[in-house]
Amino acid sequence: MAVQEVALARAPEMHPSIITRLHELVVTVDHKKLGLMYIAAALFFFTVAGSMAALMRLQLVVPNNDFISPQVFNRLFTMHGTAMVFLVGMPILAGLANYLVPLMIGARDMALPRLNAFGFWMFFFGGLLLYFSYLAGAGLSGMGSAPDVGWFAYSPLTARAFSPGMSTDYWILAILLGGIGSIVTAINLIATIFCMRCKGMTLMRMPMFVWLMLIVAGMILLAMPPLSAAQIMLLLDRFLGAMFFDTQAGGSAVLWQHFFWIFGHPEVYILIMPAFAVASEIIPVFSRKPIFGYPFMVAAAIMIGFISFGVWAHHMFTVGMSSIGNTFFAVTTMLVGVPTGIKIFNWLGTMYGGKIRFELPMLFCIGFLFQFLIAGLTGIMLAAAPFDWQLSDSTFVVAHFHFVLIGGLLYTIFAAIYYWYPKAIGRMLNKKLGLWHFWLFTIGFHLTFDTMHIPGFLGMPRRIYTYDAGRGWEVFNMISTIGVALQAAAVLCLVINLLWSARKGEKAGDDPWDAWTLEWATTSPPPAYNFEVLPKVRSRRPLWDIKHPEDPDWRYE
Amino acid sequence: MTSADALSRGIESAEWKLPSRRKAALLALILTETALFSIFVAAYVFYLGKSLTGPYPKDVLELPIIATICLLSSSLTIVFAERAFEQEKYSAFKLWWFITIVLGLIFIASTAREWYRLITKQGLTISTNLFGTTFYSLVGLHASHVIVGLTLLVLVLSLSLRGYVKQRHAEHLKMVSWYWHFVDAVWVVVLTVVYIIGR
Repeated sequence: MAVQEVALARAPEMHPSIITRLHELVVTVDHKKLGLMYIAAALFFFTVAGSMAALMRLQLVVPNNDFISPQVFNRLFTMHGTAMVFLVGMPILAGLANYLVPLMIGARDMALPRLNAFGFWMFFFGGLLLYFSYLAGAGLSGMGSAPDVGWFAYSPLTARAFSPGMSTDYWILAILLGGIGSIVTAINLIATIFCMRCKGMTLMRMPMFVWLMLIVAGMILLAMPPLSAAQIMLLLDRFLGAMFFDTQAGGSAVLWQHFFWIFGHPEVYILIMPAFAVASEIIPVFSRKPIFGYPFMVAAAIMIGFISFGVWAHHMFTVGMSSIGNTFFAVTTMLVGVPTGIKIFNWLGTMYGGKIRFELPMLFCIGFLFQFLIAGLTGIMLAAAPFDWQLSDSTFVVAHFHFVLIGGLLYTIFAAIYYWYPKAIGRMLNKKLGLWHFWLFTIGFHLTFDTMHIPGFLGMPRRIYTYDAGRGWEVFNMISTIGVALQAAAVLCLVINLLWSARKGEKAGDDPWDAWTLEWATTSPPPAYNFEVLPKVRSRRPLWDIKHPEDPDWRYE
Repeated sequence: MTSADALSRGIESAEWKLPSRRKAALLALILTETALFSIFVAAYVFYLGKSLTGPYPKDVLELPIIATICLLSSSLTIVFAERAFEQEKYSAFKLWWFITIVLGLIFIASTAREWYRLITKQGLTISTNLFGTTFYSLVGLHASHVIVGLTLLVLVLSLSLRGYVKQRHAEHLKMVSWYWHFVDAVWVVVLTVVYIIGR
C-alpha cells in the first residue's frame, strides 16, 4: 500500500504534464527558475520589438515609401523604444542578476524569494498590458491605438487634447508596473548581496559581476521613483484635471523633461552596467588572467553611478537652458568618460599578455569593447552642447545610442548566453552556429548603424516616417535596412541554437570554461538548493584556489 | 559538488556576521521612497507662487498643530511599545501600540477635515490651480503612506491581541516601527515645505 502510494506520488514528477510544469512556473519562488523566466520573457519581447524595428527600416528603405502610415510608424517607434528599454533591457538584467548573484556569492536563494516572484509577475503583466494597448487603446472614445508619443512621452503631447483615447494611459500604467517590479528586484538584490554572502566572501572578494549588480540596484532605487512620480503626476493630469504639465494653467512642459531624464539618464547606465558586469567575468576567464585593477574597477563603477545622476539635462540642450546649465551638464557628461575609460583600459589590461581563447563569449566581449568605445566617442561628441544643437534628434543620435545598447549591451547579453547557457541547461551551445550568429550579426550591425551616423550629419531627423528623394540620404538608408536582414538572420541562428542545443548539445559538465567563480562549483544545471554544503572562500577566485592548491590567490590578496 | 566540498575544507570557520536582510531591504525601501517623495517636493517648490488664480496657500492653509503633535509623538509611543515588548511586558506593549494607532488616526482625521474644509468652503480642488495640484498630490502621497502604516499597525495589534506575536517577531515589529518613523520624518519635510515656507 505504502509502496503504491509512493509510486503514485512519484509518477507525475517523472513525466510532468504541461499543466504541472506551467503550474510550477506560476508558483515558483526559485531564483534560478525566475531568472530564466525573466530571460525567456525578455527574449520574447526582444523578438517582438526587434520585428517592429525591422518594419520601420522597411518603411525607410526608399524615399517616399508608403508601406506604413505615419500613425502606425509613430506607434512602432514608441513601442519599439519602450519595449526595448523596459521589457528587454531591464528584465534581462533582472534575469541575469537573479540567476547568477546567489550562485556567485554562495547562497541558496535570493534574500526575499516571494518578493522576487512578485517582481517578475509585475514586469510580465506590465509587458502584456503595454501590448494589450493595440487591442484596447482606442478606449471608449474610439480614438488611438498603441501609444504613439515616443518612449520619453514629452509633454504636452501626452495631454488629453493631443492624446485622446487610452493609449498614453496604457503606456503609463504598463511602465508603472514594470517600475514597481524593477524596484522590488533592486531591493531584493541589495538585501541578497549584503546579507546572504557565504563565509569569507567579503565585499572586496565578490566577483565584479556582483559588485556591478549591487551598484545597478542602488541606481534603480534612486532613478526609478522619479519616473514613477512623473507618471503619477501625468495620470493625475489626465484623469483628475491636475495641471502639472499643463502650460496654459502655468504648468511646465519642461518639468516633465527634467523628471523624465532624471530617471532616463541613470537608466542608460543601469542598462550598460550589466554589460560591464558580464564583460568583467568573461574577459578574465578567456584571457586566463585575474581581472586587472579590481579595486579601481569597483571605484570606477561607483563613480559612474554617482556621476550618472548629475548629467540628465544633456538630453535637453536644445530646450534652451541657461549657458551655465549647458556648461555644467556638458562638463559632467564628459566627466563620465573618465571612469568609463578606466574600465576599458582595465579590460584591455586584463587581456594584455593573457593567453586569449577565442571562444564565443570572448568574441562577443571583444565586439563589445570595440563598439562600446565608438559609442563612447560619439557620446563625447554629443556632450559638447553646440555639437548637440546641430545633431540633436537626428539619426546620428539614434546611431549613437544603438551603438551603446546593441553594440554594448546586446553583445554582452549574447556573450552571457553563450557563457552561462551550459550552466543553466547543462549542454553547450553549438559553436559553428554561434560563429554564424556572431559574424552575421556583427556585419549586419555595422551595416545598419555605422551608416546611420551619416544621414544624421546630412540633416535627417529621427522619427520621420519617410523622406524626399535627392537629399543624399537614400543610399545610407538602403544599406541600413539591408543590415537589418543580416541581424535578423543572426538572431534566427541564436534561437535555433538555443532550442537545438537544449536537447542535442554536447554535455557541458560542471565547469566547461575552467572558470573561477562559485557558480561553476555546483552541477550544471544547479540543484534547487544550489550548494549541498555552503562554500567558504578565501580569495576572489575560489575555484582557482581549489584547482591550484600549490599557488592559491589568497596568498597575494 | 565535490569541488564545493573541497571549498569548505581547510578554511577556518572564523566569525562571520552579516546584516539582517529585513533591515537591509527596509532601508532600501526607505531610500527609494525618499526619492519618490523628493520629486513631489521638488514639484511643489518649483510651482510655489506660480498659480495663475487663487486660492493661494497664505489665504487658506492653517498650520496643522494638533495633527503634527499627534504624529510626532506617535513616533515616541511606538518606541515605548517596542521597549515594553523587549522587556516582555505585553500589556504595556499593546497599550502603547494602541495609543500609536489612535494618534495616527487623529492625524489622518485632521487631514480629512482639512481637505473637506478646503474643498467645500474654499473651493480648492486638484484642478483649481497649480497650488491645488501640487498640494493635494504631495499631502495625499504622504497621507497614503500614513494609511499604509496604520494598516500595518492595526494588523500587528490584532495579531498580538490573539497572541500570535512572539519574541521571535521582535524584528518584524522593529521594521513596522522604522517605516512609521520614516512616515513621520517625511511629515516634517512636508510641514516645513507646505505649511511653513510655502505659506
